[in-house]
Amino acid sequence: MQNIMIFGATSAIAEATARRFAERGDALYLLARNEERLARIADDLKIRGAHSVEFSPWDAGGVDHTQTLDRARAVLGHIDVVLIAHGTLPDQKGCEGDAETALREININAISTLAVLTPLANWMEQQNQGTIAVITSVAGDRGRQSNYVYGAAKGMVSTFLQGLRNRLYRSGVNVVDIKPGFVDTPMTADFKKGPLWAKPERVARDIVGAIDSGKAEIYTPFFWRWIMLIIRNIPETIFKRLSL
Amino acid sequence: MNISGWGQYPSIDAKTLNPLVDRDITNIFMAPGRDDSLIARGLGRSYGDSALAKSVIGMDAMDHFISFDETSGDLRCRAGVSLDQILAVFVPKGWFLTVTPGTKFVTVGGAIASDVHGKNHHVDGTFSNHVSLIRIATVSEGIVDCSRSEYSDLFRATCGGMGLTGVILEATIRLRPIKSGMIEERTVKVGNLDEAVEVFEANQDVTYSVAWIDCVATGANLGRSLVMMGEHADAGELNAHQKGKLSVPFNMPDFLLNPYSVHAFNALYYNRVSKPVSTRTVHYDSFFYPLDGIHQWNRMYGKGGFTQYQFVLPKGTGLEGMRLILQRIADSGRGSFLSVLKVFGKENDNYLSFPMGGYTLALDFKIGPGLFAFLDELDAILADHGGRVYLAKDARMSRACFRRGYPRADQFIRTRARYGADKAFHSLQSQRLGL
Repeated sequence: MQNIMIFGATSAIAEATARRFAERGDALYLLARNEERLARIADDLKIRGAHSVEFSPWDAGGVDHTQTLDRARAVLGHIDVVLIAHGTLPDQKGCEGDAETALREININAISTLAVLTPLANWMEQQNQGTIAVITSVAGDRGRQSNYVYGAAKGMVSTFLQGLRNRLYRSGVNVVDIKPGFVDTPMTADFKKGPLWAKPERVARDIVGAIDSGKAEIYTPFFWRWIMLIIRNIPETIFKRLSL
Repeated sequence: MNISGWGQYPSIDAKTLNPLVDRDITNIFMAPGRDDSLIARGLGRSYGDSALAKSVIGMDAMDHFISFDETSGDLRCRAGVSLDQILAVFVPKGWFLTVTPGTKFVTVGGAIASDVHGKNHHVDGTFSNHVSLIRIATVSEGIVDCSRSEYSDLFRATCGGMGLTGVILEATIRLRPIKSGMIEERTVKVGNLDEAVEVFEANQDVTYSVAWIDCVATGANLGRSLVMMGEHADAGELNAHQKGKLSVPFNMPDFLLNPYSVHAFNALYYNRVSKPVSTRTVHYDSFFYPLDGIHQWNRMYGKGGFTQYQFVLPKGTGLEGMRLILQRIADSGRGSFLSVLKVFGKENDNYLSFPMGGYTLALDFKIGPGLFAFLDELDAILADHGGRVYLAKDARMSRACFRRGYPRADQFIRTRARYGADKAFHSLQSQRLGL
């Protein structure tokens, strides 16, 4: 049994991942803004086999998350895995028209994650064991006109995670950067779906696999590694002409 | 976005709403200028147009278990929970669905709305017979809990009501204790329809029974079938099913399905069993859900889609009607790969539930020129013999045929109006049928 803490636990990917943890009997501590939905998910995970499920309302908008972490530690004691999964999918056009909108989205998708990671890293470092897994995005690999505000935020988190992984290596703490491609969730409900789209259950399987095997970075589903390899390597003189 | 039912016919450009909590649903009802053709949609496994409307309420995110009583087997869950999920979680604990249709990829809400039946209808009735309570969001009364004693009119209208009374949010369903995930299966090979019915009648106390019927055979062979019966095994592990690995990746080209291939398939399938009676022990997944193993098998019928024609004929005169219809199908050369025959137990008192005591037959037809006129002819034979067509599979039935088959439709319509549902819920099917 592992003790697992999940930020943004009501997101479709986080919930699908939590179900896999529950099925193998892990103890879970869930955090998200929507308390009604958190309560529903908690009941559900217990029936699915979780050893125990606690939850607490949490808003990513705050800066000081030490209290949240302290409370979780009081409940769980030792923590084996922290999954950070909260986020939004900004309206790119809206961000282009209004700096406040753009900054708000950057705040939710990047700054808030760093605000959680900072005390969390210190704490895991003291513990000398554990995994920090963060859901970023393939969008962070290269800025594209269709969603570069989101991409910039996710890219910032990925760079931060690289450094953090490097720092925590000596303490035996693994840092996993999870980069999903297109995932069919309520967040992307309005998008036209095609063959590249994956279900949250598929992504969840990859996340659990990456955490268990101590990977540093995964693309999920796997083929995004090759798609992004190509996208990253297109020369900028050509890339700037493309409508991606 | 363009959506369709499992038969890929018809389709509609629909807006999908994705509620996360109950309030999101009542907000949809109260939104100014909202669409009056709303319908809830689960996994989209009804074959025709029952879950198609300009605005569909996707229940995907409402898929949570709420509580489970280990003494009674009562499971309370949200409407978006699939039977697939229930089996995955509860088979290892020693519980099974009391009634299951031929696919596990349906939601609890959808199973109630279609009041689905299974191979044990003659013993256990329909899905809703094992539902004690439904929480439903209505337009005029808000969120209410209905049962056989409270809001009983709403309960009777909602079970089998094709989502036209409100949005089902939660239900309490009774599971069945099992000792093993395996089924003891017995297959009896019979040469014609009379023999098939005899086998069904002689085995009324067997929990599960269904026949695959060769719908191409004629003359003395008319109705030759493999009658498959089953009981939960006493021995064996409580293993849940695995995820299916096979998939039909794209719509098959039209020429694959033709009278020759259908003939060959039916002959091969019938002759796959050589002994008159054979027994084996199989996992519940292959016994109940043989087609679930092949994802998107609906693409076998090509991009034009197909319709499943399922009807029931009452005992007594029904057998004569069944013979007439089988003969017409065999003569038409429109036969299908898999046709399924079953003897139903007695009817329940829901207004629009499909099963009635008698014989039911289900067959797939590829959509093509002349098909609907042909099915109208079958409908006429059906109506003359007191039968009806299953709404969960229908995409084309006429209003008149519906009215003749469902004599309690007026009570349904009145109940629907009492809860304000006629002001909000309409599917393409309800509009076609005048509901």
